[in-house]
Amino acid sequence: MNSEIVISVRELTKRFGDFTAVDRISFDVHRGEIFGFLGANGAGKTTAMRMLCGLSYPTAGSGSVAGFDVMREGEKIKRHIGYMSQRFSLYNDLTVWENMRLFAGIYGLNRRETEERASALLKRLNFEAERDTLVGSLPLGWKQKLSFAIATIHRPEVVFLDEPTGGVDPVTRRQFWELIYEAASEGTTIFVTTHYMDEAEYCSRVSIMVDGEVRALDTPARLKQQFAAESMDEVFRTLARGAQRGE
Amino acid sequence: MKHNFGSFVKKESLHILRDKRTMLIVMCIPIVLMTLFGFAISTEVNNINVAVVAPERTDGVEESVERLAANEYFTFCGYISQDEIDAKLRSGEVSAVVVFKSDYDRRGALAAQGIETTPLIQLIVDASNVNTASSATAYLQTILLGTASEQSMFETRMMFNPEMKSAYNFVPGIMGLIFILVCAMMTSVSIVREKEMGTMEVLLVSPVRPVKIIFAKMIPYFAISCIVLIMILLLARFLLDVPMTGGVWGIFSVSLIYLMLSLSLGLLVSTIAETQMAALLISAMVMMMPILMLSGLLFPIENLPKFFQWVSHIVPARWYIDAVRKMMIQGLPIAAIWKDVAILGGMTVAILGVSLKKFNDKLE
Repeated sequence: MNSEIVISVRELTKRFGDFTAVDRISFDVHRGEIFGFLGANGAGKTTAMRMLCGLSYPTAGSGSVAGFDVMREGEKIKRHIGYMSQRFSLYNDLTVWENMRLFAGIYGLNRRETEERASALLKRLNFEAERDTLVGSLPLGWKQKLSFAIATIHRPEVVFLDEPTGGVDPVTRRQFWELIYEAASEGTTIFVTTHYMDEAEYCSRVSIMVDGEVRALDTPARLKQQFAAESMDEVFRTLARGAQRGE
Repeated sequence: MKHNFGSFVKKESLHILRDKRTMLIVMCIPIVLMTLFGFAISTEVNNINVAVVAPERTDGVEESVERLAANEYFTFCGYISQDEIDAKLRSGEVSAVVVFKSDYDRRGALAAQGIETTPLIQLIVDASNVNTASSATAYLQTILLGTASEQSMFETRMMFNPEMKSAYNFVPGIMGLIFILVCAMMTSVSIVREKEMGTMEVLLVSPVRPVKIIFAKMIPYFAISCIVLIMILLLARFLLDVPMTGGVWGIFSVSLIYLMLSLSLGLLVSTIAETQMAALLISAMVMMMPILMLSGLLFPIENLPKFFQWVSHIVPARWYIDAVRKMMIQGLPIAAIWKDVAILGGMTVAILGVSLKKFNDKLE
């Protein structure tokens, strides 16, 4: 693993009125790492992720993503990250190619770069035959893979995946994770939230948030050792049991 | 980052072009409304069935009836007896009955000399439709007066719309309605759809400035509206024979301002509505109703209660319809309606400002 730090967060806090959604979290993520960001619903994952994506200003603390400050350089961060949301978020009424071209354009790729990148991605996904198919008519698993490919079309340094495999069958999930591994091995940092504990096992390191705080952070193997657990599922439930906040 | 704006406009255009059904509706609504209001719905009085009661069919009576039958607004349904009047009116066979008094010719001559003063002709009119009844009465009086006394005291000239065609009046109103429909409703629905689908989230994480997303959305709808505008103007000129003596360019310019205003309204709605359904409802209820009721489209503003007259000042369509009427029908140049233009311009800037601010606030 490369030791270069791509995401660095210190005492990052977000308050909405009296409610502290994210409570002084600190961690580092290295280049090429697959960083699992776990937590029950309402634990503050999404809020933390929004701050890292430059969508929301932190109330206190500091952080940097891809070398840019989350307080002051949100716009620059946006240019160097990719994002895939938990809801499927490509345009159903556009073709595979048109979706790729749109997002390439959004990230400022020129015509030649777009052509090269999009062709390469289609090839990797074995999607060449579907180039002119409307995205709406693809099966969900394919859509998710396409979403991921498009989130990396501009070769971002970090890709944020917000529950990317919701509602996808196990076989496709497996294929999806192969894509993630491939991207990580090429040096893209992956920041992923998930509710599937088997997926947590695939991560290089995992952090678990409870009530707005990071309660545990280590490799899956060491976390299991630390909590004397058989699986990540057990680790997670042990931690989540102490949660004060409900759904 | 200059590529991204173009990609966005292209994307929005594709969305619209792919949605064939909506496209069809947008293109058909103006045609349907124009023909409907132009021909079918009209406040003109046409084809009124009239029967005549006359004790003696003298020359004077015959002459009057001939004039009546020759008039395109009336259909002469024959002579009936005094007893049939009630039944004929009730059955709806006729809408008006003209009753000549006995000894009509001699008394008519006396009346012309100012000797006879009692009424010579009685008009019995079915007033269940007030509008038709009052127009019919007025027309009948004019037609029959010409025979009773040789000349009328008044010389009336109907300026700008001598044939009193109601189509002239409706065209500007329809324009005021359609652009709100196309621009405001469709823009707001299309922005809210992205919120609903989750694609807006992805766009906001991208380096595209939110303002660019919005303007890229407006451009294709603006283009469509321009096509619709041209269609309406052509239909008005060549199908409904609206004069447009004030110059087409003036009408076009004012319409462009109104288009911008409608687009801004759409943006404003999209910042309030969370679902496409809500966006539709807000557009329909909050925007269409005032346009129908308070803009002078259906009812003259002067006829409204004072309170609603006052409210009508904030309905943008009121000013637009007023401006277009003046240019289209009265033939005024654009300089003469500077007040309407200034108000529309001011409203556009204000609404656009508020909605952009609201849109940006929402993001935080």
